[in-house]
Amino acid sequence: MARLTAAAVLAIIAAAPFLPMGGMRQYALHVLVQIFIWSFIGGAWSLMGRFGLISLGHGAFLGAGAYTTTLLWNFWGLTPWLGVLVAVAGAVVIGLVLGYPCFRFRVVGHYFALVTLAVGEVVRLLVIAERDWTGGSLGVTLKASAGEASLAAIQFADKRVFYYASVVVWLGGLWVWRRVDRSMARSALEAIGEDETAAASVGIHVTRFKLAITVLSAALTAVGGVLYAQYFTYVNPDTLSGIGVSLRIVFAVVLGGMYSLLGPTVGSALTIALSEYLRVLFGLKFIGMAETIYGLVLILCIIFLPAGIYGSLRAAIARRMARRRAAPA
Amino acid sequence: MLTVSGLTKRFGGFTALNQVSFEVAGGEILGLIGPNGSGKTTMFNCISGAFPPTAGSIVFRGEEISALTPDKICHRGIARTFQIPRPFRKLSILENVAVAAHYGSNEPSTEGEARRHAREMLALVGLPADDSASTALLGAAGLKKLELARALATRPTLLLADEILGGLDPGEMASAAEMLKRIRQEIKITIVWVEHIMATLMRVVDRVVVLDHGEKLAEGRPVDVAEDPKVIEAYLGEKIVLA
Ligand SMILES: Nc1ncnc2c1ncn2[C@@H]1O[C@H](COP(=O)(O)OP(=O)(O)OP(=O)(O)O)[C@@H](O)[C@H]1O
Ligand SMILES: [Mg+2]
Repeated sequence: MARLTAAAVLAIIAAAPFLPMGGMRQYALHVLVQIFIWSFIGGAWSLMGRFGLISLGHGAFLGAGAYTTTLLWNFWGLTPWLGVLVAVAGAVVIGLVLGYPCFRFRVVGHYFALVTLAVGEVVRLLVIAERDWTGGSLGVTLKASAGEASLAAIQFADKRVFYYASVVVWLGGLWVWRRVDRSMARSALEAIGEDETAAASVGIHVTRFKLAITVLSAALTAVGGVLYAQYFTYVNPDTLSGIGVSLRIVFAVVLGGMYSLLGPTVGSALTIALSEYLRVLFGLKFIGMAETIYGLVLILCIIFLPAGIYGSLRAAIARRMARRRAAPA
Repeated sequence: MLTVSGLTKRFGGFTALNQVSFEVAGGEILGLIGPNGSGKTTMFNCISGAFPPTAGSIVFRGEEISALTPDKICHRGIARTFQIPRPFRKLSILENVAVAAHYGSNEPSTEGEARRHAREMLALVGLPADDSASTALLGAAGLKKLELARALATRPTLLLADEILGGLDPGEMASAAEMLKRIRQEIKITIVWVEHIMATLMRVVDRVVVLDHGEKLAEGRPVDVAEDPKVIEAYLGEKIVLA
């Protein structure tokens, strides 16, 4: 049943670019690409978040990823295929520099969140300060490659290419999430999240596990940043690092639910759809209206649906199924 | 097997353990007793690496371990239970024990083997081992058993058991004491056991060390310690009759 549903959804996703949508196709694809990219990034964030490692600075990894490939391409013509490796390495280094002292000296909970918040801001400020080569707060445009499409430069005029690329990356993210979820490491991280002393007493190397999941989350987030930069061909410190974007990732995931495979996806889809809708509805009349509304939705969610919209829905369905199964007996 | 010498632990200006020395021989069950606040749990915290000792040395199987982290000490073969149970609430009963089996010893084990070993340990202490049973089902007695199963799952050679009878009714107590004996026979393990229930403890242990205000007050066979006037005055209050 679940398999069948999954297959059907995948088939629809695969066919979507070819469905008749009138003049809306370009716009619909544009929104869908964003949804897949942000879902992937949200999933990467939730790898940490679900174990109580609440990062409010994922923009650091996102920005590091996006700027690394963009600048390497613009200045040295290095293909993003290699650039992404450098980007991931950069994000990993940031993750280690952030994580090691925090985990070693048991900076947890709110304090950890505050440290990450600062790191995200530092990356944003660095980008702005180094304006000679980053373009500062004006951002930087990815140099166009010759021709309509270039595989080496990962630039394509046809949105469908990016659509499929983002779907593949998103599926890869789900696969990683599930691998982690089904491993014994998940138990170890869950144990650490609850009680570090007890976890250490049964032989779990607390610092190593926390670093490992941080590095994994950072690396995936950097990949998301690279994909974002390749798609938009423009990077800007405010949309890719700093508090704003870091919180947007958290909002989406908390809304959808960080403890379930599809929670981050549902949350990202909802927040993006909502902000697109509000943007169309209010136009430029009430700038900040969208943020205000989904800030409100988020607060309501945290109060009434702590497992997120998707997480709560799934739990409710599971309960109903269990009741139905129990009833005939 | 374990030699503690001159162990001192201070919290700020307060001395919880003062120059305590004792030895644990391989295969024995040593009782560690003393009034509330005498430093028993602090001793376990120092041996297991949860607190760094202020001074003194802890030698386990010929190696100094007082500077090691808790996970390393666990890998060397020392496991401890917590006086106030600290289960991992988000994990099932089986996962609680399996994670300890998987990460608790240096011998590499697959996740399947870890689960199998966890089921054995749960059977040993008498807890259900079905895959998804939640820790929410466990009462005080069940949580103590879970502590024990989780510690044993790390394949220790030395078990530090902190008040595994606390909060149990007399029937459960008798069976838990039997269980400890059975565990020692089945998995050949050395045990240091902290307990306030003297009548039960004294019947099981080979030797006793008595702490009082962070200092070692007495040490010896249960019969001798139970007769010791210093111990009676500081702790026991009256003589216990050992059957
Ligand atoms: N982390 C700590 N910080 C400060 N003081 C502590 C700490 N842990 C224990 N103590 C103090 O050290 C003393 C010894 O405590 P400990 O828990 O070792 O006693 P105990 O012998 O296990 O007592 P009980 O039989 O009640 O369990 C107590 O006075 C306690 O308040
Ligand atoms: Mg105690």
